[in-house]
Parts: sequence; structure tokens; C-alpha cells
Amino acid sequence: MGQIEWAMWANEQALASGLILLTGGIVATAGQFVWWQFGAYSIVAGVFICLLEYPRGKRKKGSTMERWGQKYLTTVVKAFGPLTRNYYVRAILHLCLAVPAGVLLATILGTACLAIASGIYLLAAIRGEEWMPIEQKPKERLQVGATIKQPPSNPPPRPPAEVRKKQPEEEAAGPSGGPQVNPVPVTDEVV
Amino acid sequence: MPQYKVQLLNILVKKKKVHTHTHTHTHTHTGECVSECGGWIHQQYFSVQVVWLGLNVFLFVHAFLTFEKSDKYYYTRELIGQLDHNLTFHKLVAYMICLHTVIHIVAHLFNFERYRRSCKADDDSLAFTLSTLYPHEKGSPWLNPFPSSDMTAEHLTFTSIAGLTGVIITLALILMVTSATEFIRWCYFEVFWYAHHLFVIYFIGLVIHGIGGIVRGQTEDSMKEHPHSKCAEEYKDWGEHCRRPRFEGLPADSWKWVLAPVILYIFERLIRFYRSRQKVVITKAILHPSRVLELQMNKSDFRMEVGQYIFVNCPSVSFWEWHPFTLTSAPEEPFFSIHIRAAGDWTESLIRACEQQNSPMPRLEVDGPFGTASEDVFQYEVAMLVGAGIGVTPFASILKSIWYKFRHADHTLKTKTIYFYWICRETGAFAWFNDLLASLEREMEECGKVGFLNYRLFLTGWDSNIAGHAALHFDKSTDVVTGLKQKTSFGRPKWDNEFSALAAAHPRSVVGVFLCGPQTLAKSLRRCCNHYSSLDPRKVRFYFNKENF
Repeated sequence: MGQIEWAMWANEQALASGLILLTGGIVATAGQFVWWQFGAYSIVAGVFICLLEYPRGKRKKGSTMERWGQKYLTTVVKAFGPLTRNYYVRAILHLCLAVPAGVLLATILGTACLAIASGIYLLAAIRGEEWMPIEQKPKERLQVGATIKQPPSNPPPRPPAEVRKKQPEEEAAGPSGGPQVNPVPVTDEVV
Repeated sequence: MPQYKVQLLNILVKKKKVHTHTHTHTHTHTGECVSECGGWIHQQYFSVQVVWLGLNVFLFVHAFLTFEKSDKYYYTRELIGQLDHNLTFHKLVAYMICLHTVIHIVAHLFNFERYRRSCKADDDSLAFTLSTLYPHEKGSPWLNPFPSSDMTAEHLTFTSIAGLTGVIITLALILMVTSATEFIRWCYFEVFWYAHHLFVIYFIGLVIHGIGGIVRGQTEDSMKEHPHSKCAEEYKDWGEHCRRPRFEGLPADSWKWVLAPVILYIFERLIRFYRSRQKVVITKAILHPSRVLELQMNKSDFRMEVGQYIFVNCPSVSFWEWHPFTLTSAPEEPFFSIHIRAAGDWTESLIRACEQQNSPMPRLEVDGPFGTASEDVFQYEVAMLVGAGIGVTPFASILKSIWYKFRHADHTLKTKTIYFYWICRETGAFAWFNDLLASLEREMEECGKVGFLNYRLFLTGWDSNIAGHAALHFDKSTDVVTGLKQKTSFGRPKWDNEFSALAAAHPRSVVGVFLCGPQTLAKSLRRCCNHYSSLDPRKVRFYFNKENF
């Protein structure tokens, strides 16, 4: 499986874990189970993980399908630079976030899933993968004016083709033949 | 077909189990210690299950055969589509399993919490009395699974069979789901393939899940000497007038529900194994530009329809992996073919193995064909076929088949004109399809039937260089990109223009619109079909068909 980017699967797994933590946390808090405060923590951790993992990173090869509306979160996640780019950081972060939720039965499933995601991220980091944001491609605008520097060298009216072919043999002199010689130097005034 | 039974019965398992558990627990956690499944119903329960199962299987098979085969439902099938959309059904069942898993787990979380609270209840409450009736020894008739108030819910979960198997199979389910998202399936098929085999763990765990008998009800004998209607209120004096109630666990019964689907699945794998033993002869291997390998093969008793796919395994590349490929040959051809694009480890290795000049072709195993047969294409007088990106592959089969039928004046072919729209980013990987269109174009000219197939290619991945180049060669008779007679357009098609032009050209025809491509395109086409169809049934009507090729 040499070409697999493990980070892509880790991302799906982590996003799912975030949702599971969130659900477990809501159940524990709403049901006022014993130690429900850990449930409240799970809700916060779950939301945070979902926001962090929602923007999908760019694949190394091929095009990446963006999640709907992810460009807003991409800007935020990108702003943290190496903290979000590096997968070692993510692996450790997810492991640390997972541990407190392991106390409650309601959220222990979230812990297990997040630990698995952390493991896959570690694998991705060892293989040198990185999170790269999916940028919007800037629209290509043809700067037509910028490519014109000099006026045309052989403007009309031109003599017929046969006469034109003979020109290189003769001297490039005279008003009807050869490249245009400008009496006054011409500069490009296109803005 | 067996896949349906597996899936339908899975839904039934999940629904039924949720119902049973919530029913029983509702009573135990409030302190009433009588099982609802007592007496007569309990004895008949097994036969009820067998009858229920048999009825489901019968109804399903009957409905399937009637619906699929009977002429009475021909028009119904036209509208709703054929039942063989097993992938869609599989996903539907998977979503149901996930939903019911969530409900099941949340219900048990509340149950465990309430059991635990009963241990800590006031000394003189019914809940406390019930919880402390007997010590937790083997064979002891306890009710509350928590032996004491010191044990946490987590501890009980991981030391009981039900809890442990529950956690393990839920993790397996989650891993299966996260590796089965569209993105992972398309880009990293191997991850999806191997992770999905965790279903073996899922089903084994599901069967073992109820063995521990945590959910308990009063025993028969105990109910005779301790009727709860008389004794429940006198719980402080149990032992004098009323003997103490005794409880036993409900037996595990998941196996009764999953047994039939599991057996059917094993049959299916055996059939796959049998089919894979049959010899596949590679008659021709052609390497097209952009690393696309075409394999033309023969297998005895292989019968295909247009638009179907096969699973291919190459033991020398990978023993376990089976990869799906759409068939690109027409049923009328003396061989069947697939076009394999180098897009991952397995495909790269296969192409490399086939490229070796000095060694023989690797042995292949083929299972199939599967999938919806797209026979409807031949029923429309005018067919509008739209293939986007990789979705163009099944149309290779369809176009070739239509052309064969046309040349041999096949009476099952009602099509008189075809409009084919090919939309892709760049033609590189589909140069082989290009060649197919070119050869069809040539053959049509020879037969003098130039207007039969009209196609337009739309390149959506153009830039100013390509556009400039095309503008420069505007006057050439063949297209500069494809070399075909009909010109390439750049950008996406304007469907409104296309539909109105078609409606004008065929004012009294029924036009079938077939798409193999993304959902967004399906929406625009469906909208145009509705918009440009005339209300008058004698005038032009557009019918949209989206196939999951």
C-alpha cells in the first residue's frame, strides 16, 4: 500500500471521533451521570476536534474533494502554521484530548476512536506527510496589453507575398519594404 | 440477490433488538422484577421467530421475482428502476445499522447508570433490596449486574462479555464506516477493502454479545411462588410470606437472526471462489497512452449485459484484493474487456506485470458480472448519453453495442439517433475512448449513416494556451485536440441550449437521457428534462435515467 496517504483516513476517523465524543458527552451531561463534568469536557473537546479536522488537507497526488464550506475553516486552521501542519503534533494532541474522556463509559468509545485516529496520524507523520491547505486557484487573467511592447514590424499596407519574399535579398531600405523604421523612438504607453 | 437477504435481515435484527431491550429494561430499572416475556409467549417465542424469518424470506423472494420479472410491473420498473441496486441498498442498511447502534448504546448507557444508582439507593428502598438479594457467584439468581456500589460502569463493561464485545464490534463498525467514505473509496481503495473485512469481527461479536445474560427476568418457578402483584409492596418482609424472587438471564438470540444471512454470504463467497477457479484467458493486452491497459479476455459461460462490472483478482500482485472494473466491451463481441487506468498500487503493479515482454501474462481471476443492466438505452428513439470523467467508461460498452445492433438490424434496438456528450477535464487518460469514437465515426461514414451518432466533447480543464491553439486551427476539418470530425468545445455544456436544440430537431420523439456522472450534473439534467418536456404526449418528452454504473 505504498501510495496511500494515511492522513486522509486519519482525518475521517478523527472527525468521526469528534462526533462520537460530542454525542457521548451530551448523553452523560444530560443524564447527569456520575462525574458528568467529564461529559461536559467531552462536548467541548468533541466540538474542537470537529472544527480542527473539518478542513480536509490537500493530497500530494491528484485532486482533493473539499468538504462543503470548508474554506472558512481552512483559513483559521492555516493560521496556526506548523502546529496544524505537522502530524506529530496532531497525533499527540488527539492522544492527550482522548485520555480524560476515558473516565466515563459514555465517552470511552470516543476515546478509543480518537486513540486510533492518533495512531494513524502518527503513521502518517512517520511517512513524512503534512497538512497542506486547499487553496482557491487565482483566476488567470490575460494581460493582453502587457505582451505588446513594440508596434508591429510589418504593418499594412504590405506588398504581395512574392515581392515580400524578394525583400531579404535586397537591401532593407526604402519606404515600401522591410521592417518599419520609426523616425521617432516609440515607447510603450499601455497602462 | 443473496446480498439483499443479508441486508434486509440485518435491519430486522437491529430493529427487533432495540425493541426487546428497551421493553425489558424499562421494567427492571424501575424496580419491578418481572420479565415481560413470561409464560406462554416465552415458550412460543422461538417458533414465532422462525415463522417471522421464514415469512420475511418468502415475502422478499416473492416480491423480488414478481417485481423484476413480471410483465405487469414493466412500467413500474420504468419509473422506479430495477431492484438490483445492491450498493444503494447496502448503504441504506449500513446507515440503519449505525443509527440503531447509536440508539442501542445510548439506551444501555442510561440502563447501566440506573442499575448503578440502584446499588446506592436508600437502604429501605425496593431498588436497594433488589440489588442486594444475592451475591454474584456463578449460577446465582441476581438481578442487578452491579455486584456492589463500588464498581464503576466502565469496570462492568470491560469485565462482562456483553460490554467487551459491544465495545469491540462498535469500534469495528466505526472503522468500517470511516474507511468507506466516498473519498477514501475512490482514492485509496485498498484501505477500504481491507478495513471493510472487519465485518467478520462484527458478526462474530454480535453473536457472542448476548451470551452473558446480563438482561434478566424472573424465573418460571419464582413467579409461581412470588407473584409480583402480591409481593412487590412487601419487599421488606420477603422470606416470610413471599419467597425471595429469583432471576435468570435471557438467552442470546442474535444468532437466530444473522444465521440465514451469514449462510447466504458464505454461499456467495463459495460461488466467487468457484468462479475464480475457472480459467480466464487473456486474448489481447493493449497499452494505451497515459498508462491505460486494455485487457481482452475469455471465460467459459461468461454472459454480460451493457453497463455491468466485474471484480478482478491477480494472485501474483495481491492474493486478497478484488478490484471492480466496468466492462468496456459490447455483449456482441467474442470477448469481454476492461480498461485499467494506473491509479494506485494494485493497478500499477498489474500493468507492470502485463508489460513484461519475456514472461507470460499473469493469471487472473474474474468474478461477475454484477450491476444494473442498462437495457433501457435501446428502448428510446432518441438517446441522449452524458458521460462525465470516468463515467464515460460504461458508455464504451453501450455505444459499441448500439452500433452492433444497428448494423445487424436488431429489432430490440429502437434507437434512431444518439447524442453523446463527453465531459472531462482532459482527454489524456481516455485516449482509448477517443480512438473508439474515431473508429465508430469511420464505420458510420462507410455505411453512409453519418447522422446516427452525434457527439460533442467538452474539455473543462482548458487554459488560455489550449484555447489559443484551438482558435488558431479553427478552420481545419478535424478537431485539433481529438482528431475527430466533430469539434471540441471548451468549458461546460450549456444544457438549456442543448435541450432546446434537441427539442427543435426531434419535435415528436421520446428522448431518453442517460447520465453517468456526478450528482450536481444529475440535478441540472433532471431540471432540463422537466423543463423541456412538452405537456402534450404527442410532442417531445425527455426521460431522465441516472444509473449507478
